[in-house]
Amino acid sequence: MQYNSFNTQPTFYQKLRNFDYILLICILLLGLISALSMYSTDGGEILFHSKSHISKFLIFFIMMILMSFFNIKFWYYFAYLFYIVVLFFLVWASLYGIKASGSQRWINLYFINLQPSELMKIAIIVCLAKYYHRIQLNKVNTFQVMFVALVILILPIMLVITQPDLGTSILIALSGLVVIWLAGINIKYFVYSFIALLISLPFAIAFLQPYQKLRILTFLNPDRDPLGAGYQIIQSKIAVGSGGLTGKGFLKGTQSYLDFLPEKHTDFIFTLFAEEHGFLGSLVLLLIYIIIIYRVLKIGAISRSYFAKLFCYGYGSAIFFYVTVNMSMVLGLLPIVGSPLPIMSYGGSSMLATMIGFAIVMSARINYKQLIA
Amino acid sequence: MLGENFGVKKVQTMNRRMFIIGAAKLVVFISIIARLFSLQITENKKYLTLSDKNRLREWRLPPIRGEFLDYFDNVIAGNLKVYQLHVIPEEVEDFRYLMVRLKEILSISNDNFKKIINQKSKQKPWETIIVSKNLTWEQFTKVNYYLHDLAGAKPVLSVSRNYPFNESYTHVLGYVSEASEKDILNNKIIKNTHVPGLKVGKTGLEKTFEDELIGTNGVQRYEVNAYGKRISQLDHTAGLNGKTIQLTIDTEIQKICNQLLKGIAGSISVMDIYTGEIVAMQSSPSFDPNLFLFGINQDDWQLIRNNPLKPLVNKSLSGLYSPGSTFKPIVALSALENGIIDENFKVNCTGKIEMYGHTYHCWKKRGHGIVDLKSAMKQSCDTYFYEIARKLGVDRLKETSTKFGLGEKVLNETFNNEKKGLIADTKWKKNNLGKGWVIGETLITGIGQGYTQTTPLQLCLMTAQLANGGFKIYPKIIVEDNGKTSEDIKSLMNKNLDIKNNELKEVSELLSFINKEKHERLFKNSKNIKLVQEAMFASTNEVRGTSYSSRIEDLKYQFAGKTGTSQVKRITKADRELDLKTLDIPYNERDHALYIAFGPYKKPRYALSIVIEHGGSGSSVAAPIAKKLFKLIIDRHEIREQTRIKKITKV
Repeated sequence: MQYNSFNTQPTFYQKLRNFDYILLICILLLGLISALSMYSTDGGEILFHSKSHISKFLIFFIMMILMSFFNIKFWYYFAYLFYIVVLFFLVWASLYGIKASGSQRWINLYFINLQPSELMKIAIIVCLAKYYHRIQLNKVNTFQVMFVALVILILPIMLVITQPDLGTSILIALSGLVVIWLAGINIKYFVYSFIALLISLPFAIAFLQPYQKLRILTFLNPDRDPLGAGYQIIQSKIAVGSGGLTGKGFLKGTQSYLDFLPEKHTDFIFTLFAEEHGFLGSLVLLLIYIIIIYRVLKIGAISRSYFAKLFCYGYGSAIFFYVTVNMSMVLGLLPIVGSPLPIMSYGGSSMLATMIGFAIVMSARINYKQLIA
Repeated sequence: MLGENFGVKKVQTMNRRMFIIGAAKLVVFISIIARLFSLQITENKKYLTLSDKNRLREWRLPPIRGEFLDYFDNVIAGNLKVYQLHVIPEEVEDFRYLMVRLKEILSISNDNFKKIINQKSKQKPWETIIVSKNLTWEQFTKVNYYLHDLAGAKPVLSVSRNYPFNESYTHVLGYVSEASEKDILNNKIIKNTHVPGLKVGKTGLEKTFEDELIGTNGVQRYEVNAYGKRISQLDHTAGLNGKTIQLTIDTEIQKICNQLLKGIAGSISVMDIYTGEIVAMQSSPSFDPNLFLFGINQDDWQLIRNNPLKPLVNKSLSGLYSPGSTFKPIVALSALENGIIDENFKVNCTGKIEMYGHTYHCWKKRGHGIVDLKSAMKQSCDTYFYEIARKLGVDRLKETSTKFGLGEKVLNETFNNEKKGLIADTKWKKNNLGKGWVIGETLITGIGQGYTQTTPLQLCLMTAQLANGGFKIYPKIIVEDNGKTSEDIKSLMNKNLDIKNNELKEVSELLSFINKEKHERLFKNSKNIKLVQEAMFASTNEVRGTSYSSRIEDLKYQFAGKTGTSQVKRITKADRELDLKTLDIPYNERDHALYIAFGPYKKPRYALSIVIEHGGSGSSVAAPIAKKLFKLIIDRHEIREQTRIKKITKV
């Protein structure tokens, strides 16, 4: 009986009460900050980027709230399907995708240009969470189980890396690996594969696109070619550094306003923010992300089902990766790889994927008592 | 059903591992914060500077060149507003298209078109290209009319040098033209001030006073975007105008000099005999310096360059002429000063003298008969001067000549093209030609021929110093604020002179008084100077004087002078027998006509020298010009003195 009571569907009122409002507020705050930043990139006017970004945020935010009411079981049942559909989209993209600036990342769905690799960042976590949900701990380290997990991980990575999109494939790999790690795989495999990676690195570099090699060289020494490949990172550091303690002020970031900042809507949105709002502003933004990650992990901690727990832990870590990889990149701590800052960066697919992630997390929160057989 | 234990253990493993990851996350976040801190707080200054360097760019504006004024504050080299067409390539979308359109509208020649295209490829994209330096009003309105179709073309109002008196000041002022690479390399100030299209002095005073005239750049600071496009002007610092330089020259007289010399090669110099101020100095033929402002066209340039009358030479300073008979006053003075002769010394002129096997002719074949100093000077008797030169010797003659300013630069370093001329003596010949002096050379030196070479300005200075009673003066062409003049003025004031009463007569007297006190005496006995002056007076104002026909009888304008006819080619026996008229001789072999004069005789104030190249005789060509000029010089005197008083009382 008691067991069954856990499985009882919460009432609509209970569902509303179960919402993580702190998480919701943080997401809304991020949305607000991103809208203001986008307004700033448009030079203090509501132009294409700000309009598009704000409407996408609002649409996907509402969608997220609605999807939160799905039972967590729904995600569990459709996890593999979700993964397979996204994988199919990836194959579709590599065959018939839209080419833009040297890579083939987008597919045309007639109402939206979708970047399936962004969705894969969520799908990989959902899929692996479901995969490990059923597997007993003592079987996790068997060859068969490991092999299937690796296939699930490597298939999308291969598809994304050949688009080519190094940044997203790294983020997919990190998200997948953290789930595999949390599932309890023996640490020695990580050590082995790390060694194997080091050995194969020279061969891997041979497969990299010329522009990717250039980015790595540039990261190692940005002054190598200050007007060419090193330009982005140098200008980004100048923008952040010149922000100082309190920043140059809203709409007063000269580096972005005068077009010295590259890709200021997307990957370098944090640079613009740091320039205009300084160290204190950056700390506030960072704090919001930390709170979000903390809330997501906390929801994982209270979730009763293994699937929900693993997903929340995995997604919380994934957000951590998105944020830190992006920030390290614009601060010159990592080479420039394309990676958006969740919610802040312009881009529909990334926004959609992030919101789906939050929808699953919120669903786990609402149904935290739910067990999945 | 899953085993309960396995499930619990699985969750425990996961929680433990999540905790480890959480700890790792904290470390990563802290390192990102540390990085932010180091960029934004520790290195903030460095990045702020870099950011400013990115966005701020300075544009130097062309400096505004100092003006030249004449003695009466008239602008003689000024700055004129001109309409120009500028293009900044980076602000143009389709440079080629714009240029083709402009070529049509302004009818730019193919050569110029290529030049502009060339220039564009050489300079940075944000540097201005001056498509047209001087648009006519018509072109300017046309460009403005089509401006909507000429994105990137900018009609601008600029300043350009302008010489309102065209030919009149060419040799004094020189001209400006676009700075050449050499100009920039040789002059640090030009280098530091240079902007595209900057014009600098090429000759004359424009070149000499370049450093003072040039002024300083204004600076405009702009915010630019990543593509170098100007977004907004942040501030604007105006440059300092170049120094205004005032000349001692009177434009009215200068203009008349220009007219008097129209079409002939020669020069006129006029000097204040007390102050040394050059009142006029004109060399002819002249040319319009305005032609050089926007690059002279080839046809005009060839016309100037190939003109056989040599308009590019400033004849007043660089023209070297044998002084001819205009040298005789100095020969006479030297003989008097050295006690060789007195006023009663007489020579019998038979038309020629024989000496050591050579015959030396007087210009008058039949001879002048018995002549004394006065009548010899009056009729310019060569025989008399052969005789006194022989007695005097060339070395003593040189001493007197040098004292009176011959063989030395008159204006020191004011003009880089001024020549020293030559007053030869025995030592000079030995050193330079390696030969000993022969007595015949002394004789012809005595009539201003031979090695003797003088500039017209030297002759003018010589005349001025004879006219002022034999006192050294320091010629000047620039009015200085705090030179000798103002010191003189102070001592003048101390002598309780009521200048404000406009007592011109007194000012003149006092100026001569100052000069006597201040300036070195060039004579031993003032009576000798007086004798020379009287002899020159006779030459102009007494019957049979060589310039008698050019005299003015009105005492107000009456002047004393000395003609000179300087041989360019040695006169052969055959020539002498032919007795050719000037016009029958080839131009380049004709004599130079010279004249020196001072006046008004009763109260001298101005001296002048006139040289007409290949003009024929001094009395028929040069002296009549003096007659025309003198009236004007004296008439201008009063206003000049009033202006002087104004300048003095201002000090």
